[in-house]
Amino acid sequence: MSKAAAKTRKGRSVIVHPLVVRITHWVNAFAIVCMVMSGWQIYDASPLLPFVFPPTITLGGWLGGAIAWHLAMMWLLIANGILYLGYGLASRHFKKSFFPLSARGVWSDFRSALHFNLSHTPGVYNAVQKLLYLGVLLLGILAFLSGLAMWKPVQFEWLAAILGSYPSLRWLHFIAMTGIVGFVVIHLALVIIVPRTLPSMITGRVRLDDETGVHHEA
Amino acid sequence: MKREPGLIRPKDAAPELKRVERRLLLKSGLSLGALTMLTGCNLADGDDVDRALFAMSRFNDRVQAFLFSQTRLAATFPASRITNPFRFNAFYDEDDAPEIDASDWKLEVSGLVADKSPWTLARLRAMPQESQITRHICVEGWSQIGEWSGVPLHLFLKKIGADTRAKYVGFKCSDRYYSSIDMPSALHPQTILALDFLGKPLPTEFGFPMRLRIPTKLGFKNPKYVASIFVTNDNPGGYWEDQGYNWFSGS
Repeated sequence: MSKAAAKTRKGRSVIVHPLVVRITHWVNAFAIVCMVMSGWQIYDASPLLPFVFPPTITLGGWLGGAIAWHLAMMWLLIANGILYLGYGLASRHFKKSFFPLSARGVWSDFRSALHFNLSHTPGVYNAVQKLLYLGVLLLGILAFLSGLAMWKPVQFEWLAAILGSYPSLRWLHFIAMTGIVGFVVIHLALVIIVPRTLPSMITGRVRLDDETGVHHEA
Repeated sequence: MKREPGLIRPKDAAPELKRVERRLLLKSGLSLGALTMLTGCNLADGDDVDRALFAMSRFNDRVQAFLFSQTRLAATFPASRITNPFRFNAFYDEDDAPEIDASDWKLEVSGLVADKSPWTLARLRAMPQESQITRHICVEGWSQIGEWSGVPLHLFLKKIGADTRAKYVGFKCSDRYYSSIDMPSALHPQTILALDFLGKPLPTEFGFPMRLRIPTKLGFKNPKYVASIFVTNDNPGGYWEDQGYNWFSGS
């Protein structure tokens, strides 16, 4: 919007994150932290790579405790995921927020971000954000499917067969985790660089006078 | 430690579960008879977090029982896929594996069964034998493919006149190990009382003279050196199950 137009609406605020998105975001944050930390403890019982995760950043204390955490939090994550996906599809939140998405748009917004020259409209994601959010959503689905196939390789044999042999399920699950953790690192780094995005994830609102004109935000 | 009731906080739980684990190590010498508690009692005995985890683990038992199908079979493999060498795994070192004399070995049978007479190895060998090449999946994450053969448990249970409406089949072993499975899993066609590994009698390290082979459950639900089988309606738990591993642990 133009500076002049924004000035006339100074002091007003708009909702940029719907309530369902905010609730599921924070439930998801808690569940993912628990899943990743307990998952690291489970990994440590039989490492895939020549390293283990230090006990201080794992959850569960030992393999049995970690599995208990992992398979309990799994339900919170599933329930939350169903709520989020159901809302995202029904309210057209996904369609409005993540699409259209083009490679050209990602490249141009990525370059703009690097030059601190990215325009920002409240409640509208740039192409790089769209790509990251869609990507982490797909990684979450991969983690869910590979985890389900690993938990029930006989009852869901068709799923295990699609995804590969039992050892490859562990790798897929590990790769999905790595991608999700990579996303979280970028996500948190951006919140630290642009801290004013944090309150809006709680209140859902952005004051328009904070958002006038061109913003230097990635 | 101050805690709001019902709130699960990861950073609080790690040291507490460690404490539980240490306490459990001290208790691991306890006999089955002395365990008057339910499965996973140690999680249940703990604080709010442990109790919540224990409740979720019991919920997961029910979900798994619901998902389980007696006709869905574990994948089988060609002989070329057999893992060699196969890995020894127990709660003690390989040197401490019990060496059992076949000549005076007898399998005890008890609980809700009509015929409680003990079984010799020869009598088990005279029963129909089933062979399978299946993947043994450890709770730790590794897995190996092996070949086992022996008496299908459903035939054995029928032979001894077991009440197959009972809920559980329990196993006690010569190495202080014990475990138990649900009746539908016990009646699954691939659940066998294995006598042979790779076409030869089970070697000492893999459970001579008899082990349970159940490819629809994780490795720790496949007790070795089985000395006694019983049918019951009271969940007998298990060596690892009572320390917090999920009881059903089905695949």
